[in-house]
Amino acid sequence: MSAFTIDTEEQARFLQARHYLVWRKRLLPLAAIIGLVFLWWASVRYFGVRPFIAPSPDAVALMLWRRLDVLMANLMPTAIEAVLGFLLGNAAAIATATVFVHRKTLAEAFFPIAVMINTIPVVAKAPILVLLLGNGMEPKIAIAALIVFFPTLVNMVRGLEAVNPQALELMRVLSASKREVFWKLRAHNSLPYLFSALKIAASTAVIGAIVGEWIGSNEGIGALIIQATYAFDTPLLYATIIVGSTFSACFFFIISAIERFVVRWDSSAH
Amino acid sequence: MAVVALDPVTIPPQATTAAVVCDKVTVRFTTERGTVTALQDVSIAVPSGSLMTLLGPSGCGKSTLLRVVADLIAPSGGTATVLGGRPSEARKRRDIGFVFQDAALLPWRSALQNVELPLEVGGDGTARRPTRTPMELLELVGLNGWENAFPHELSGGMRQRVSIARALVNEPKLLLMDEPFGALDEITRDRLNEELLRIWEQTSVSILFVTHSIYEAAFLGQEVLMLAANPGRVREIVPIDFVSPRRLALRESADFVQRVAHLRRVLESC
Repeated sequence: MSAFTIDTEEQARFLQARHYLVWRKRLLPLAAIIGLVFLWWASVRYFGVRPFIAPSPDAVALMLWRRLDVLMANLMPTAIEAVLGFLLGNAAAIATATVFVHRKTLAEAFFPIAVMINTIPVVAKAPILVLLLGNGMEPKIAIAALIVFFPTLVNMVRGLEAVNPQALELMRVLSASKREVFWKLRAHNSLPYLFSALKIAASTAVIGAIVGEWIGSNEGIGALIIQATYAFDTPLLYATIIVGSTFSACFFFIISAIERFVVRWDSSAH
Repeated sequence: MAVVALDPVTIPPQATTAAVVCDKVTVRFTTERGTVTALQDVSIAVPSGSLMTLLGPSGCGKSTLLRVVADLIAPSGGTATVLGGRPSEARKRRDIGFVFQDAALLPWRSALQNVELPLEVGGDGTARRPTRTPMELLELVGLNGWENAFPHELSGGMRQRVSIARALVNEPKLLLMDEPFGALDEITRDRLNEELLRIWEQTSVSILFVTHSIYEAAFLGQEVLMLAANPGRVREIVPIDFVSPRRLALRESADFVQRVAHLRRVLESC
């Protein structure tokens, strides 16, 4: 016996109402963006703002179109640095968290140091790494890796340890080994925590790569930002920022899509 | 009147015919606020194949006693004998099944995969060929058709059914249940009580069942072990000698009401 009865008319009304809400949620932000861009355009026009102080949106759009080859050529190294830094930093964080959960002594000794290093601002870490690793891609990858390492480490340790205590007792009743407890229980349990860290890491890795390029580089989104600023080429500066944040957003959405595929259970329910 | 109060100390430990024998089991916990005696010289014997319910006020050590029997807690004094040997031996032989208050299902596993978990961990899990497959056990607990559902898609009662099936998959000789139906609504609880008796009659398992419901204790138990708090100790062991199979209508009989009244009086004096 089913608790549901079919009332076609009521069902149609319900679906229509939901359809309306879904579209509303999609269209309202789009309308807001169009409104703001228009406001930007109108104020640049009305107040006669000079292009090197703030360019009008059509100038930025034109720049995006005309210099797309340059922008893409500069996005490439930044994207490689961000993605490699993301992979390296998160892999290191996951490995460290795994060790910390199994060796409490190590966790107690090194966790405070990890937190301390994390409090150093990126802009302060960047010159040190450039001095250590030279002027190539390596310091940028290292900065991106370092910036994603700590949030993932903290979340991963939490995820591995925040296991339902009764599930742990169950594993003990079943005489499960430490390895089995890790793979059958802790690893799965950590996935929702891991993915919330990875989603943050997707955008911070790009920030790390860009900040690294500021210190010393002649290609990449960060380098282009510096060059455009000093050349008072403000439309190019804005276009560069748009390209950088679009890449960040794509990275974030890819991680979200993987999360939806991997974490299929409702992680809020026990 | 058939209700007899027994002096717990005079119960002889009959290792050969008893599923569980506790001889002066004492458990102490030390915290920053001092030492708590959770159990003080608790001596009981659970005859093989019987169903004993544990009833008492909160803090009387019901769950602690269950955990001593399951080898989750080592007693500070006295000995527990499970199926003629040490609790750890029974645990390693997979002779003990445990059902927790919160079903403790792994949320990333389907109902069937949760039932299969004991067969995957603990080394010799596969060596023991169960006569009932996980699918048949889900059928036994009335969940045919739900094997692919995930825990968050199941109601509280259904989740607890899955956890009972999981506890039975190794065909344990002893089933320990820690307030398994405590979080369920009364109608679901009644139905599961009746089904638990049916499962108990179909298998030859001995059951030790912790509850704080007087009705549940009287309806399920062949004996009700009543514990008093501070420190946790045996207050009285009340035999309940209704004929099998017991059905819910039994609870309306004068005999049943009389026994419940007796249990309530003892409980109030605990």
